[in-house]
Amino acid sequence: MDSFYLQLIVAILVGIGAGYLGSFMVLKRMSLVGDALSHVALPGIALALLWNVNPFFGAFAALFLAVIGIWALERKTELPSETLVGIFFTLSLAIGLLLTPEPELLEALFGDISAVDRVDLLVTVVSVVGIILLISSINRGLVISTLSKDLAKSMNISVDKINFLFLIMVSLIVALGIKVAGTLLTGSLVIIPAAAAKNVSVSISKYTMLASIFGALASIGGIILAKIFSIPAGPSIILVGGIIFLATLVFKQR
Amino acid sequence: MSAILQEQVLNVENLTVAFDENKVIDSLDFSVQKGEVVAIVGPNGAGKSVLFRALLGLIPYLGKIKWAPSLKISYVPQRFNVEKDFPLTVKEFLHLKSKNYANIVSSLESVGVTIKEQDKHHFEHHFLNQRLGWLSGGQLQRVLVAWAILDNPDILLFDEPTAGIDVGGEETIYNLLKKLNDEMKLTVLLISHDLNIVYKYASNVLCINKKKLCFGRPNDVLDPQALVKLYGGEAGFYKHEH
Repeated sequence: MDSFYLQLIVAILVGIGAGYLGSFMVLKRMSLVGDALSHVALPGIALALLWNVNPFFGAFAALFLAVIGIWALERKTELPSETLVGIFFTLSLAIGLLLTPEPELLEALFGDISAVDRVDLLVTVVSVVGIILLISSINRGLVISTLSKDLAKSMNISVDKINFLFLIMVSLIVALGIKVAGTLLTGSLVIIPAAAAKNVSVSISKYTMLASIFGALASIGGIILAKIFSIPAGPSIILVGGIIFLATLVFKQR
Repeated sequence: MSAILQEQVLNVENLTVAFDENKVIDSLDFSVQKGEVVAIVGPNGAGKSVLFRALLGLIPYLGKIKWAPSLKISYVPQRFNVEKDFPLTVKEFLHLKSKNYANIVSSLESVGVTIKEQDKHHFEHHFLNQRLGWLSGGQLQRVLVAWAILDNPDILLFDEPTAGIDVGGEETIYNLLKKLNDEMKLTVLLISHDLNIVYKYASNVLCINKKKLCFGRPNDVLDPQALVKLYGGEAGFYKHEH
């Protein structure tokens, strides 16, 4: 397959997954969690590069451990996720910066989708389909527990289990996003489409769907602009997302 | 009606809830019979909401909480945060509990949201497909009650049903709960801060401030001394004569 189309397909899939998952993260007031969480991937990427493994797996392994850490600490201490994330993940960014070999540092920080191969495509397809199926199946519990944790528990919804699955999916999408936008910009792949969709949706069904569509549109626009102007795709995708967000402000629902 | 003939739905014995060795509820005993409206009153921080959470098994406790077998319990928590910009319509909210349209319509009718045949479009467009966060305080409470009774519960636990509603709206919600109590034999436990309401609607009142300070029919147990004990002499209140 032509490298351009490969990039385009991977970016669209990541855009859809990030938009969909991001819509729930925004509702759960976890917008910045994705942003800070992406930093923790850096030490994982560094180790993967040192050991010659696909960086995605390094990133995912590091995120997975981090997410289990937050989940356990959140249950134990009742500190909001944001605080925990803010403390631990800037530390891992520092460690990651020290560990990552210099030639790869720029790619790790800002992403380089031109480097995607067929393995990445396969991993992306499987992960994004998995994310959408899993989140759709816990959708009801997610929404009720976002409205009120007690209400959800009183309805025998296992809030802890749902949050755990959700965080694992977040780590998966962030690991995928790093290929596209790098550790510094991945957070915006998750936040911007959801924030834009929230501006123009009254219902949750439309909101989650629009977030996925905006994610896909940002990816398409970004990859095409990157090709035309020979600029890096990651920042270009984020910028198109930003333009979509500004456009939705015009149509904001009350 | 004699209490002996009634069916007990809840029995609480020696209930104690402590957070970090700090007792929030201390050796509480009371029981609830089927069809009663029990009002729980007490000052801020008296443990009222904690009591509900313990009754629902959401937090660890010591002592005994015994519900009658196979009861369906519905709960409306106090802090129900629907922000204005939360994208969720009234219909979607009710769908989280039941997908049955007929049930939804009938429970909305029970809470006084009536749908005339000619207004169907209006009802769909301006009510069901509106954001939950755009409803007024009173409308939101009605929807919450409708949500709570959607699956025909036997017991309704309602934490401060009228927080954030104006006085007129308050009366309506209590009238509504009373009506549901009469029509559906729904047992209602509610937390309230308004003693007038307690006199008017509750069959029993449980006053707590960590410990049980009174329990019984409002007219019997809510005397001035009890109120001074409960609120520390600050309750500017006089009894409602009938």
